[in-house]
Amino acid sequence: MTALVIAEHRGGQLAASARRAVSAARRLDAAVELLVIGGEEAAAAAEAAAAVEGVERVLCCAGEAYAAQLAEPLAARVAELAEQRGYTAVLAAASSLAKDFLPRVAAALDVAMLSDVTAIEDAETFQRPLYGGSVIARLRCREPVRVMTVRGTAFPGASDGGEAPVERLEPGAAPALSRLLEERLSDSGRPELTAARVVVAGGRGLRDEAGVRELEALADQLGAAIGATRGAVDDGLLPSDAQVGLTAKVVAPELYIAVGLSGAIYHVSGMKDSRVVVAINTDEEAPIMQLADYALAADLFEALPRLRRALAADS
Amino acid sequence: MKVLVAVKRVVDDNVRVRLKGDGSGVETAHAKKAMNPFDEPAVEAAVRLREAGVAEEVVAVSVGEPGCEEVLRTALAFGADRAQLIEAEGELEPLGVSKALAAVAEREAPGLILLGQQATDDDAAQTGPMLAARLGWGQATFACALEAGEGEVRVTREVDGGKRDVAVPLPAVVTADLALNEPRYVKLPSIMKAKKKPLERQALEALGVDAAPRLDLLEVSEPPARPPGVRVDSAEALAERLRNEAQVC
Ligand SMILES: Cc1cc2nc3c(=O)[nH]c(=O)nc-3n(C[C@H](O)[C@H](O)[C@H](O)COP(=O)(O)OP(=O)(O)OC[C@H]3O[C@@H](n4cnc5c(N)ncnc54)[C@H](O)[C@@H]3O)c2cc1C
Ligand SMILES: Nc1ncnc2c1ncn2[C@@H]1O[C@H](COP(=O)(O)O)[C@@H](O)[C@H]1O
Repeated sequence: MTALVIAEHRGGQLAASARRAVSAARRLDAAVELLVIGGEEAAAAAEAAAAVEGVERVLCCAGEAYAAQLAEPLAARVAELAEQRGYTAVLAAASSLAKDFLPRVAAALDVAMLSDVTAIEDAETFQRPLYGGSVIARLRCREPVRVMTVRGTAFPGASDGGEAPVERLEPGAAPALSRLLEERLSDSGRPELTAARVVVAGGRGLRDEAGVRELEALADQLGAAIGATRGAVDDGLLPSDAQVGLTAKVVAPELYIAVGLSGAIYHVSGMKDSRVVVAINTDEEAPIMQLADYALAADLFEALPRLRRALAADS
Repeated sequence: MKVLVAVKRVVDDNVRVRLKGDGSGVETAHAKKAMNPFDEPAVEAAVRLREAGVAEEVVAVSVGEPGCEEVLRTALAFGADRAQLIEAEGELEPLGVSKALAAVAEREAPGLILLGQQATDDDAAQTGPMLAARLGWGQATFACALEAGEGEVRVTREVDGGKRDVAVPLPAVVTADLALNEPRYVKLPSIMKAKKKPLERQALEALGVDAAPRLDLLEVSEPPARPPGVRVDSAEALAERLRNEAQVC
């Protein structure tokens, strides 16, 4: 029984989510191998991957065809490896990249796939959310290869301490289908949303630029990442990559401060595993106010400046 | 070019789903159903391509029980030209659906297949990429903008770090994010007209596809509730709690 984890990386750095996928894979009672696939920079990330505890071997596949991280070549290479080496599981942390290519791998192997796994009970029993996170399903999967994305927030990140050998792989299957024209990554200068200790999230209640500035000031003071509802994104208040929710990013920080957002189920299922939830809302009855550990019924334009002052004075 | 658009009938997302008493599944039989919300922008995008003269025909496809006819009529009211219902009883998984859709695609030979990025019942987000893989086509998932070019589609994808523009050669599979467009408001005359548009029914078996489920649903439950919180009456009281009680600031 050997599980293959596909590790996400960027600029030669191993993504934190890869460590979470490793600890998920270890719950499958299998030896864990880690694949780093990409352009030339994959080699540096593979070095970092070799130090992750619990990894028996790192496979590094660097090739021009994989540099743009397009689904067709990535999936073809992973499916080819799975067939050649007989892995019993192929997993990756749920992300827009994994959701793009992993279903292609499952289809190529003709196996059902599990998305957003939140618990691994044993090698064939899994839990995952349904219906926007309002239902948890327990499923048994006896496919010859278990293909799944795992939710980062549900598994701890494996730490360093390993010394796995790195095996260099030649580029392999890589159908040339789609082409990357341009990538526009937003660099807010703030911590990455899914890895941040504190998230300050805003909704439609921010209303305009002045509300956004209030939110940003709080985020700056707390060193927090900024989160958004679809409502705030639709209204052009906050960028789309800040969106939190089942259909966007799932986060579980130490502290989640929800400002001027109602707490729709789609949003809540993307943040309800946060350790401490604060809601600031003018509407006492808003669902987020029922969910929050600390609910403050107040106008954000008045409450946020006061909160900032109080937090600054305390420290 | 012909555009195929896959629409799924799901429990209306304004309805709170109920679990069966014995926890064996979700009570869906009597719940209000609707078109999967992510399929609306997919249908809208298909119809706009026809209106722009890029596509000649838009064919809506749904796989499932006879009741799926309802969402096909909705797609027809949006402006699809005809519809196909692939009748299948019981549970379907994305893998099986992707095989059924691939069989339809092989017969219809569309230049583009549009789907929703995910269905709000199984939250799988698998069918689109699985279909593309099965057909050996290129794909663009999570589309928030789509433009037809010479022999390709140009798609802006919403990804974790921002946005990516990709060009996918035709034939292609594209899955829609809610941000792809603002679906039109369907008016009564369109609904009346949709009743007269062709809707073909066919049994899944007739496609020669094995869509038997591969996973066993053992049980369903509600997620654990968070412990009840407290109301604080001022920003200062909140700051004090965060510092001394929760110890997070
Ligand atoms: C298929 C589907 C998928 C979706 N996926 C997601 C998702 O992943 N993530 C997501 O977030 N949404 C998602 N949505 C949208 C979701 O259903 C809600 O519509 C959205 O989250 C609402 O955003 P909001 O809370 O900002 O706006 P609203 O619901 O309008 O809430 C605004 C809140 O601000 C409060 N407010 C107003 N003024 C002030 C003030 N001055 N001070 C304090 N409070 C104030 C109001 O009381 C209200 O509670 C999805 C929807 C669909 C159909
Ligand atoms: N039974 C079905 N019939 C038609 N289309 C479907 C069906 N199931 C899924 N789809 C399409 O695939 C998309 C993604 O669904 P899923 O992979 O189940 O999350 C949906 O938005 C639909 O466009």
